[in-house]
Amino acid sequence: MFKRSEQDKRPQVRIFVDGVAVAARQGDPVSAALLASGLDARRSTAVSGAPRLPYCMMGVCFDCLVTIDGVGNRQGCLVPVTDGMQIEIQKGKREIGK
Amino acid sequence: MTVAPKRGDYDVVVIGAGPAGLAAAATSAEAGLSTLLLDENAGPGGQVFRAISSTPVTNRSQLGADYWVGADLVQSLRASSAEVVHRATVWSLDRNLDIAVSIGGASAFVKAKRVILATGALERPFPIPGWTLPGVMTAGAAQTMLKSSALVPDGRTVIAGQGPLLWLLAAQILRLGGRIDRILDTTARGNYFAALPHAFAFVTSPYFTKGLSMMREVKAKVQVVSGVTELSASGDGQLASVSYVAGSKRETIPADLLLLHQGVVPNVNLAMAAGIEHRWDDLQLCWSPVLDANGNSSVAGIAIAGDGAGIGGANAAVVRGRIAARGAVDALAPAAAAKLPAMATLRTDLARAERGRVFLDTLFRPAPQFRIPQGDTIVCRCEEVTAMDVLDSVAIGATGPNQLKAYRRTGMGPCQGRLCGLTVTELMAQARGKTPQEIGYYRLRAPVKPITLAELAAVPKSESDVKAVVRG
Repeated sequence: MFKRSEQDKRPQVRIFVDGVAVAARQGDPVSAALLASGLDARRSTAVSGAPRLPYCMMGVCFDCLVTIDGVGNRQGCLVPVTDGMQIEIQKGKREIGK
Repeated sequence: MTVAPKRGDYDVVVIGAGPAGLAAAATSAEAGLSTLLLDENAGPGGQVFRAISSTPVTNRSQLGADYWVGADLVQSLRASSAEVVHRATVWSLDRNLDIAVSIGGASAFVKAKRVILATGALERPFPIPGWTLPGVMTAGAAQTMLKSSALVPDGRTVIAGQGPLLWLLAAQILRLGGRIDRILDTTARGNYFAALPHAFAFVTSPYFTKGLSMMREVKAKVQVVSGVTELSASGDGQLASVSYVAGSKRETIPADLLLLHQGVVPNVNLAMAAGIEHRWDDLQLCWSPVLDANGNSSVAGIAIAGDGAGIGGANAAVVRGRIAARGAVDALAPAAAAKLPAMATLRTDLARAERGRVFLDTLFRPAPQFRIPQGDTIVCRCEEVTAMDVLDSVAIGATGPNQLKAYRRTGMGPCQGRLCGLTVTELMAQARGKTPQEIGYYRLRAPVKPITLAELAAVPKSESDVKAVVRG
């Protein structure tokens, strides 16, 4: 869906998406890294389980909700990636204790 | 690393580090006022100057000169004594000018003598059939990824809608080597005539030549279909195609990515939750705060600058930021105001920056069918409520957006009405034969962004706080 421009010279950052290592770039918001990864990053909604991807990328739509380092319901578009970050695609509601 | 604000009290707290907030905070700090700038994003710039300090798009001509203006604003801010905290989500502001802000999963509280809200705008909802499908995004979303991560569309890409941002985005995608298959222009034909009386101001504004050359640049490379009157997205769990009607011809084209845009509207949540009076703007078709010439709102001590004060664009936002900050300096440290630009100068700057705006608002006024959906088109993305659900609720007695919450939970999901509020107001107004002003808007309350109960529970409590809720 998206590709990286060749002029992007930022250092790589390794993140894990459901356990799979993904090369992101320093400063990428989590959601951008997911959309650039080519992986199926669709979450599913809490209400009907419908698949969704980020819509606004600016913190207002909450369609980028994702589990980051064990914490659910994070807005992936507002959180920059860090090396070793563990991301889980959130299916449905946030789980208790996550 | 983001850290909590250093102090508990400030002369001025500015919320939002876009064009208005950057200018306001720098002006206030330069005049010697203790100034705190709180911003939700990882770096300064807001949306229009998104990633201004970190963008990997280093070829300056690709993002354009208007973007790089933001670098000067950031430089002025950094040269000032203003304290800046990023990744700080303000979740409460009240009439006492007490502010609650979530930083790194913990809440901090600060008190201000003056607050300048610079929370900007968000894209107007574009509730067409299929707009919740993965692969449908806003044009602004694509632009955010382009600026912050140098990402461009490379699948089959359709851009649909209207307004200056749409053309700017298309030009930027092409300059960075991205793919656009088709642009569907939804500008209503009648708008051209309606806008004509305002054309002189526009033609003599800086928007005109820039806009024209950008459209020419895009049209040389992409097929543009104008006069689009119907639009829908479809696919099974993922966008597969886009259908549209132009003239009397219906066409369906395969697509991996659909980028929607029909203008921006003020992001009202924090201002409304603070109790600031807003009114329906019949030209811009949104809620705008009631403000005096200095941006002061109906709540004493709170001013609003930038697009949150009514859409005026980035240049106007910068000037409004300076005006609001000067207003704060006049109130708190009148002697220091002497070294700031005179209010009369700022007002002249503002008039220049706002030139041509009425033309744009009239020309790009979105058509009713793209604002007021029908049938099983989703209105509330969070709670998955359709237009028919809303109309059914009206039929059995729901009178306005707040009653509708009890019927259907619209606006009660995590986005708190940001993506459905305008649609619900207009849909209910139409169904009930009332004006949007009569129908009203969601009653917004803190926390204006979701925070966890654990975060609330960890807030320091006084003995009297505990006594107020504990029995015996």
